[in-house]
Amino acid sequence: MYGSASTHDLPTTATTGLENEDPILLAEFEARIARGEKIEPGDWMPALYRKQLTRMIEQHAHSEIIGSLPEGTWITRAPGFRRKMAQMAKVQDEVGHAQLLYSAAETLGKTREQMLIDLINGKSKYSNVFNYPTPTWADSNVISWLIDAGAIVNQLANAKGSYGPYCRALDRICAEEAFHLKYGHDAVVHMATGTPIQRAMMQAALNRWWPAIMTFFGPSDKMSVHTEILMRWKVKMASNDECRNQFLDMYVPKIWEIGLTLPDEKLAKNEETGRWEFTEPDWEDFKRVINGDGPCNAERIAVRRAAEENGAWVRRALLTPKTQYVRPLA
Amino acid sequence: MDPKLDLLYRLADDQLILGHRNSEWNGLGPILEEDIAFSSMAQDKLGHSLQLYNLLHNLGEAEPDTVAFTRNAPQFHCCQLVELPIGEYDFSLTRHFLFDHAELLRFEALATSSYEPLAQVARKLRGELKYHALHANTWMKRLGTATEEAIERMQGALNFTLPYALGIFETTEAEPEIISSGLFIGEAELKSRWLESITKILAQTALDMPDLNLLTPVNGGRYGQHTEHLQPLLDEMAEVFRLDPTADW
Repeated sequence: MYGSASTHDLPTTATTGLENEDPILLAEFEARIARGEKIEPGDWMPALYRKQLTRMIEQHAHSEIIGSLPEGTWITRAPGFRRKMAQMAKVQDEVGHAQLLYSAAETLGKTREQMLIDLINGKSKYSNVFNYPTPTWADSNVISWLIDAGAIVNQLANAKGSYGPYCRALDRICAEEAFHLKYGHDAVVHMATGTPIQRAMMQAALNRWWPAIMTFFGPSDKMSVHTEILMRWKVKMASNDECRNQFLDMYVPKIWEIGLTLPDEKLAKNEETGRWEFTEPDWEDFKRVINGDGPCNAERIAVRRAAEENGAWVRRALLTPKTQYVRPLA
Repeated sequence: MDPKLDLLYRLADDQLILGHRNSEWNGLGPILEEDIAFSSMAQDKLGHSLQLYNLLHNLGEAEPDTVAFTRNAPQFHCCQLVELPIGEYDFSLTRHFLFDHAELLRFEALATSSYEPLAQVARKLRGELKYHALHANTWMKRLGTATEEAIERMQGALNFTLPYALGIFETTEAEPEIISSGLFIGEAELKSRWLESITKILAQTALDMPDLNLLTPVNGGRYGQHTEHLQPLLDEMAEVFRLDPTADW
């Protein structure tokens, strides 16, 4: 679902280490990317490219498994057979995406086990929106529709990037996300046009989630660190503000159409510039939550840690000498 | 109770409750692949229960959503095995192994039931259940022959779970008629086929099959007697549904 991988942890000095790279190989590498070729696991690549992609794909994978938790808690509460089965299938897809993405990241040399260790130790991040609670069924529907919608905007852009295994994983993920979008939209419409209790639940959930949704694509470009080299290497494919504007263009009219309101009086499209205007999100709060001080950070990591610890004996049992770790090919 | 209703409620409630339990593995599996596998099986089981509740609905019972989401524990006919919390992976895997072998054999037998609508459903379900059993066998054999730690855990889980598994085969007053009318081969016959089937797999592991004659089956579920775990499960399941019973969710 949740590729806001471009939102955090971009290196502050994007040229670090480049002076140690072989200039001929580097020029060849950049020429390949400029021609639109994909970089494959065995190909030469600068250390910074490998590091940045590993971090990005890893964060994306973490976002999928952590993101499965707030929606997953509603599987056991989903109202009626139809929703219960769909919610299960939807959340299962997200875990499947994590599996695909960990494999893609592993082609760069870091094992899944190590990535999961870094996740529970707080060394690696995941999409910040999952540090907020989902107190009602309607919150889960808002995630299914709008967070997945945001993820698609992001992932369609990244699917045109330069690293082959990540692009191929994203193509498959986007196809499934398109179904999630329909599922989420259907669930939200049902609530928004339902009984007074349902409508109130949905509006309250949307009000709760809107500030987080506005931060989903990461800080404003004005505040972003220098990413020119990452754009040139097709690691980062669209700026945060471009993605946010595209999302608002696509979804705000749909939200208004079903009679829901958004808790931002300034929100309006400037028809002259084609850009949406809105109240600037609280980026200080965003930073605070990313750095661990959000309402659900501790809970999310605790669940993941418990899963890792409780399942350790199974993984030990699987690691017989005959089954040594093999890095996936692509 | 009418023998058809009696049989169908037991089958449907087992599938619903175990499907619900299996879905709780989301995010908690020992490896991601097992999160995904348990979710697949949970979806299948939910789907199976829905088909069986639909058969009940055709026989005059309430809508599947009403039947599943508004009854309380004493009105449920599932065996107690399926309602136990997921615990750790060793227990959930062992339950899955013991239950799904019984289910596969049950639906293979039901494929020739004298009640044609059920026979039709059974012919469809048995194909899916084959994969559930295959999944369970693979893991039982893998963990049951792995490290000392894994073997010890799996043996403990087997010893704990077997008395509950015997409760799958608890009969009701309708049993003689269920058999004589050709609805189903009956629980005793199913149990003997099941025993043969699981023994064959366990023989390929380092696990010991406890002497079943020394175990007391945990019965009562078929008569609405349940563990303290079922009602909270049902309350959770119906939490949203009951917020507004007039709503279409």
